[in-house]
Amino acid sequence: MTLHNLSLGELAEQLASGRISSVELTRHFLARIERLNPALNALITVTAEEAVRSALAADRRRAAGESGRLLGIPLIHKDIFCTDGVRTSCGSKMLDNFVAPYDATVVARLKAAGAVMLGKANMDEFAMGSSNETSYYGAVKNPWDTAKVPGGSSGGSAAAMAARLAPYATGTDTGGSIRQPAALTGVTGVKPTYGRVSRYGMVAFASSLDQAGVFARTAADAAAVLQAMAGFDPLDSTSVDTPVPDYPALLEAPLKGLKIGLLREFFDGLEPRNAALIRDALQVYTSLGATTQEVSLPHLPLSVPTYYVVAPAEASSNLSRFDGVRFGYRCEQPKDLTDLYKRSRGEGFGPEVKRRIMTGTYVLSAGYFDAYYLKAQRVRRLITDEFRAAFRDVDLLIGPMTPTPAFDIGAKADDPIAMYLNDIYTVSANLAGLPGMSLPCGFVDGLPMGLQLIGPHFSEAKLLGAAHQFQKATDWHARAPRGYE
Amino acid sequence: MAANFAHSRAVFTLNMSLTREAVEKIAHLARLSIAETEMPVYVTSLSSIVDFVDELSRIDTGAVEPMAHPLDGQHQRLRPDVVSEADHRDRYQANAPSVQAGLYVVPRVIE
Repeated sequence: MTLHNLSLGELAEQLASGRISSVELTRHFLARIERLNPALNALITVTAEEAVRSALAADRRRAAGESGRLLGIPLIHKDIFCTDGVRTSCGSKMLDNFVAPYDATVVARLKAAGAVMLGKANMDEFAMGSSNETSYYGAVKNPWDTAKVPGGSSGGSAAAMAARLAPYATGTDTGGSIRQPAALTGVTGVKPTYGRVSRYGMVAFASSLDQAGVFARTAADAAAVLQAMAGFDPLDSTSVDTPVPDYPALLEAPLKGLKIGLLREFFDGLEPRNAALIRDALQVYTSLGATTQEVSLPHLPLSVPTYYVVAPAEASSNLSRFDGVRFGYRCEQPKDLTDLYKRSRGEGFGPEVKRRIMTGTYVLSAGYFDAYYLKAQRVRRLITDEFRAAFRDVDLLIGPMTPTPAFDIGAKADDPIAMYLNDIYTVSANLAGLPGMSLPCGFVDGLPMGLQLIGPHFSEAKLLGAAHQFQKATDWHARAPRGYE
Repeated sequence: MAANFAHSRAVFTLNMSLTREAVEKIAHLARLSIAETEMPVYVTSLSSIVDFVDELSRIDTGAVEPMAHPLDGQHQRLRPDVVSEADHRDRYQANAPSVQAGLYVVPRVIE
C-alpha cells in the first residue's frame, strides 16, 4: 500500500504509531507534485518550505501527546482561500501579485487542526467557469486523459485529488464548482448547506450562492474534513449558528427505510449510458434497504437561466472592489481616475470574468432590473419551494451530476451557452442553498462519472452516510487513473 | 410551464439582441475597457446570454416574492460596539499599487 492511497484514518494511524512522520508524509506528496504536476498544471503555487515547517510543528505536537484526525496530514487549498503570507491569486492576473494578509477561517481552522498546506490549487478565474480553462495560469489537465478538462471551477483541486497529489483538498461551489469537477475526475466532492462553512477570507463571487467544501477520495475522509471546517463564524454574517453533528460518528447509520427521490426532470433526455449508471447506483441503494420514488420539480429546468442572471448580478457587484487602488493589478500610466479603473479592470480580468460582469451589470441596470434580476429571484423561490415540498416526501434526491464525461480542452471555450449548459444538474442546489455531493459511480468512454446526492438544509450527516454506504458496496471511488496509482 | 432541459438550447437564436452601442454602455457602467478587436465577440456572446436567460420571461411568477438568499429568517447579527480589530494598515497597504504616507495614491481627481 502506497502512502498516497491511504485514507485519512489510515494516515492518522500511521502517524500515531510513529511508523511515519508528518515530514516524511509531506515530502512524499511534495515529490509527487514535483514529478506529476507539470503535466497537469493543477497547482498555481507550491509552498514546499512552509509545508515542511508545518509538518515539523505537527510532529512536535504529536510528540507532545496531541492527537487529531488531521494532525500532520497534508492538503491543497483552492487558490480562492486567503492564506496569510502566501499569494492568493483566485486564478486571475488581477490578483497575481496579491499576498493575503490574513487566513480565511477555513484555512485557520484546518491549520489549528494541524493540517499541512502543500500549495494552492489552480481554478477558473474568480471561480467563473466549468472547465478550468479561464484560469490566468492556464488550463488544468484531467489525469484520466490530459486532452480533457477536469471540470471547474475547482479543477485544480479535483485533478490534484485524482492524481493523488494530496490526501484531501478544499474547494468552493457557487454553481457546481466542487461537484462537477469531482464527477469528471472520479473523486468525492461535498458542497455543504449555504451557511454551514464560513466564507470569511474566501474571495467572493456570488454571495447568495457561494459555499466552501471538500474534495476527498471517500465520503468517510470528507466527513472528517468537513467536521474540522464547519461551524459558526462571527466573521461571516451568513454563517449559521447551528451545532455541527459528529459526521464521522454518523457514517454507519443504516439506510433501511431511507426514501430516495429520483428527479424526473434530471432523467428527461439523459444520455442512456449515463442513465444506466444512475440506475445501477439505485440498485445498490435498494439492496441496502432504501426505497425509491419519482419526484417532479417542474421549474427545475429553469435553474440554468435563473443562475446565469443571479450569479453574474452578484459577481458584478462583488468584483467592483477590484479597482486598481487598494490591491491587485493597476494599469500603466493612467491618464485619470476613470481611465485607471477601466484599464486596470479591462487588463486585469480575463474574457469570461468580463463577460459575467457585463451580464450582471446589464441585468441590474435601470429598465432591466425587474425583467431579469427580480424575475430570476422569483423563479429562484419557485425552484426552492419545489425542493422543500419534495423533501416532505423523500429523505434525499438522486440524479446525474453532469450530462457527459469530461470533454476536450477547447471544445466549448468559444461558446458560453454550451459551457453554461454543463451546469444543468448542479446549479439548482446552490439556488436553494441545499447540500449536495458527487460520488464516483462508473465510467463512460473510460472517463469517470458522478452520482449526485442532494439533501435538505443541514442534512450533511445523512448525505455523507448514504455516500459512505454506497462506497462500502462499490469500488468506483478507489479507481486511479493510469500512471497515478 | 417550465421548458424541458432538452429544449433549453432552442431559445438560443442568432439575432443580436444587444447592439454594439448597448455593449459599450454596459462596459462603461462596469468600468471595463474593452479592446476594439474584442468588441464583436462580446456583442455576440452577451446577446446569446440575454436571449438564453430571456426564457424566464415566459414564466408566470404571479405574486411570488423575489428570493434574495437561501436562509429564510436569517438577519444581520449585531455585536457590541467595541474595537475588535487591531491596526493592520501597513500590512494591508503592502498590497497596494501606490501608497504615500499611509494614503492610497490615485491620479489627480480635483484640479
